[in-house]
Amino acid sequence: GSFLCQGGLPNNGRADKPWESLSRHLTSVPQFCNSPTLIVMVGLPARGKTYISKKLTRYLNWIGVPTKMFNVGQYRREAVKIYKNFEFFKPDNEEAMRIRKACAAAALKDVSSYFTKEQGQVAVFDATNTTRERRAVIMSVAKEKGYKVFFVESICDDPEIIAENIKQVKFGSPDYVDRDIDEAMADFVQRIECYKASYMPIDDDKDRKLSYIKIFDVGIRYLVNRVQDHIQSRIVYYLMNIHVTPRSIYLSRHGESELNLLGRIGGDSGLSPRGQKYASALAAFIKGQNIKDLKVWTSHMKRTIQTAEAVGVQYEQWKALNEIDAGVCEELTYEEIQQNFPEEFALRDQDKYRYRYPKGESYEDLVHRLEPVIMELERQENVLVICHQAVMRCLLAYFLDKPADELPYLKCPLHTVLKLTPIAYGCKVESCFLNIGAVNTHREKPANVDVNRDPEEALQTVPDHI
Amino acid sequence: MKHRSSSEQHPAKNPRIPAEVASTSATDGMEDKTPPNPRELTQNPLKKIWMPYKNGLPEKHISQRKVCMTNCPTLIVTVGLPARGKTYISKKLTRYLNWIGVSTKEFNVGQYRREFVKIYKSFEFFRPDNEEGLKIRQQCASAALNDVRYYLTEEGGQVAVFDATNTTRERRETIIQFAEQNGFKVFFVESVCEDPDVIQENIVQVKLGSPDYTNCNTEDAVQDFMKRIKCYENSYETLDEVLDRDLSFIKIMDVGQRYLVNRVLDHIQSRIVYYLMNIHITPRSIYLCRHGESDLNVKGRIGGDSGLTPRGKEFAKKLSQFIQKQKISDLKVWTSQMKRTIQTAEALSVPYEQWKVLNEIDAGVCEEMMYEEIQENYPLEFALRDQDKYRYRYPKGESYEDLVQRLEPVIMELERQENVLVICHQAVMRCLLAYFLDKTAEELPYLKCSLHTVLKLTPVAYGCKVESISLNVEAVDTHRERPENVEVSRMSEEALLTVPAHL
Repeated sequence: GSFLCQGGLPNNGRADKPWESLSRHLTSVPQFCNSPTLIVMVGLPARGKTYISKKLTRYLNWIGVPTKMFNVGQYRREAVKIYKNFEFFKPDNEEAMRIRKACAAAALKDVSSYFTKEQGQVAVFDATNTTRERRAVIMSVAKEKGYKVFFVESICDDPEIIAENIKQVKFGSPDYVDRDIDEAMADFVQRIECYKASYMPIDDDKDRKLSYIKIFDVGIRYLVNRVQDHIQSRIVYYLMNIHVTPRSIYLSRHGESELNLLGRIGGDSGLSPRGQKYASALAAFIKGQNIKDLKVWTSHMKRTIQTAEAVGVQYEQWKALNEIDAGVCEELTYEEIQQNFPEEFALRDQDKYRYRYPKGESYEDLVHRLEPVIMELERQENVLVICHQAVMRCLLAYFLDKPADELPYLKCPLHTVLKLTPIAYGCKVESCFLNIGAVNTHREKPANVDVNRDPEEALQTVPDHI
Repeated sequence: MKHRSSSEQHPAKNPRIPAEVASTSATDGMEDKTPPNPRELTQNPLKKIWMPYKNGLPEKHISQRKVCMTNCPTLIVTVGLPARGKTYISKKLTRYLNWIGVSTKEFNVGQYRREFVKIYKSFEFFRPDNEEGLKIRQQCASAALNDVRYYLTEEGGQVAVFDATNTTRERRETIIQFAEQNGFKVFFVESVCEDPDVIQENIVQVKLGSPDYTNCNTEDAVQDFMKRIKCYENSYETLDEVLDRDLSFIKIMDVGQRYLVNRVLDHIQSRIVYYLMNIHITPRSIYLCRHGESDLNVKGRIGGDSGLTPRGKEFAKKLSQFIQKQKISDLKVWTSQMKRTIQTAEALSVPYEQWKVLNEIDAGVCEEMMYEEIQENYPLEFALRDQDKYRYRYPKGESYEDLVQRLEPVIMELERQENVLVICHQAVMRCLLAYFLDKTAEELPYLKCSLHTVLKLTPVAYGCKVESISLNVEAVDTHRERPENVEVSRMSEEALLTVPAHL
């Protein structure tokens, strides 16, 4: 048999714990897909294709599937510097047709590059793709290169929804930046008309061999055909759980805890007096927000539950929201970690996202266990999540599309509520510090992350504590 | 307590909320009044859950994160011609929901009919013009719905699966009204299939063995059943995206090639849809086994991350030979991220995937202890565990209940896959086995999963065939039965009575 050693830095530069065979016979994360997947959006303008593309891309990247979106409109804006009016999109505008075809081809070329040179796994091809001919072109490219294709078609005829879409995202588009609202609306409506005549939705009979999901009326109904593999199944599940109803998500940590004051990580301590004050302040803040039907979630740890108790409404405890398990380092101060596990401490600074505490977890593990929380947050409307520093960083990274290397350093201070409100293609963040003092628990990445560094260099960025 | 200005924090860069809201909360928070009696918290000794209590008694103010967060129970109603897999789906869905902790029960109207009409003569019973037959069938449906009502309102059931053809809009309307009167949510699951091969296979797999056809030869049974299906065909009204647009349903077409999903209302319906979209009926086998015997096993210690003993390595070799002899097409191999399962997989010389969620149950403060040491150091914990082994959570560790929750994605992926070998651990294997064999929470923690034994699970008819294959390599026994005395006050000997032998 082959010799096993636990993956440590000198051997293979990885800072995590999975037992690795030197003969590289394994994969350390379940493989989502072998061939790259090309997701192809289909639908008239203002049907939410870009909204879905961006959201899906954000979700897939967060769960660890390298994904990138390619918006053909973007390519068109680069090719045709100035957008005049809807006439560009008229089906008989040959010059424009040529440009648009070239843009689609350029985007497909970049998709190819992303898969082969950048180790991408999923590409989202965001364009109208409303004709069978265009879709056939894409499919032949995919077939030739060995990509799996999954279509996502958005069908909606509700004029109110379409008008709202146009208001939310089109008016701010570079195409309409110097236009007055009524003019822009009129032009965009004409633009949609240009596509309507030649729009051929995916045909449930002729296209029965294709893999696709049709989304009707923003999620009232779905038609799903031939899901091929795990990643497509996850994509379908995600798309079926998201909604566009306006709402806000409030993220907060527990109030300051006894261990926080002592500069110790982890554990299951109760709130300090200031932490209790924060809990009351949080209750008042929430009341002042006048939120309808607010759900409150906590972890299973005493400090989040104590905080929720003060808010005075029903709350649900999720074990998945528990703080990152620091294993052998639970309840230690950073100084003690440096003293007892200097190499671990350095490895963590080298790759804080992937580093797993001995007998504990990594941020990467955390993301994995938080995925059901994110899925349920997508389903819900107004929610207040009272959690912990590392957990909040993971959730925040999902909403704000932060990459893995930034995630573990996101600032999530105590006694501060983050109010996230979806808007246009992203998320508005309002940070509300509730004016109750608390220790700082944020440790920045020190300048020297080398295993051979001096203790002072390691402890340089440790925040003050008792 | 030292206060240094550097430790106070104030995110000056970030925008503050509008003044009116800020001042309300800030003033309130800054007033030096003690918060209105924050409730005391106590940690439930069994599950280690923090809950508020008053006068020494736990209060019911909080809720544990459960799957079924809706207050109203859900009635799942199957729809479809005979031999379309309704009962297969009903039983499988019921099994899955119970496993993830949602109390579910199925109600098969055919069963009620068989109890009422002791002897089945022929398809003529189902003819649409057979008034007597129709009356009986209607009565059976009502009796079943009555039992549904009792289950959901009196017995604490959360989901009931009403398994019948329900092929007419009229019948479905009756059910919808029943549900409305009782405050149940309704979710329809329709199975539509016209592939004659699939239907034939269905009939062969499950109908021939049915009590209706015990005294029939195969050909006659098939003929009769086909005629039975015909009786329903003329009045069949499939769920329609226009006519039934206000209903919540999933229409499964051609055994999962295509799905139409309409108006999913809540979390449990979303999970049901996801599950139904991931199951398939392609024949395959799932192999479950534990890692080879480990160093800690031999010492009678639980948990940890030790390597294989020489006997454990011998098992790994035998496992490799066994797998090769089975000649399985496209076998996937999964392990946990613990050394002992990986070492076992290495001997197979095939690619394998490591899943952290397949790691053994975390025994928290008891990790790497012998049962004798646990009894000595934590006699209370040891007793609590024997009282409710499923829900008991080790201090700073996990419970079987926690394990099931973290294993759910494994089950989901096992459903998607075909031939898979899962090399895991005792508690993990018990959870997976309980899912496939529909074992209750009480039985689960005591299922026998011995070292050096492979369980081959093959779906058949409505259940799962299990073949237990011992690879003839000796190993310690790690199975501890529930002792007779589970009282906290028991003597050490009583507690340790059932501990298996070790070094």
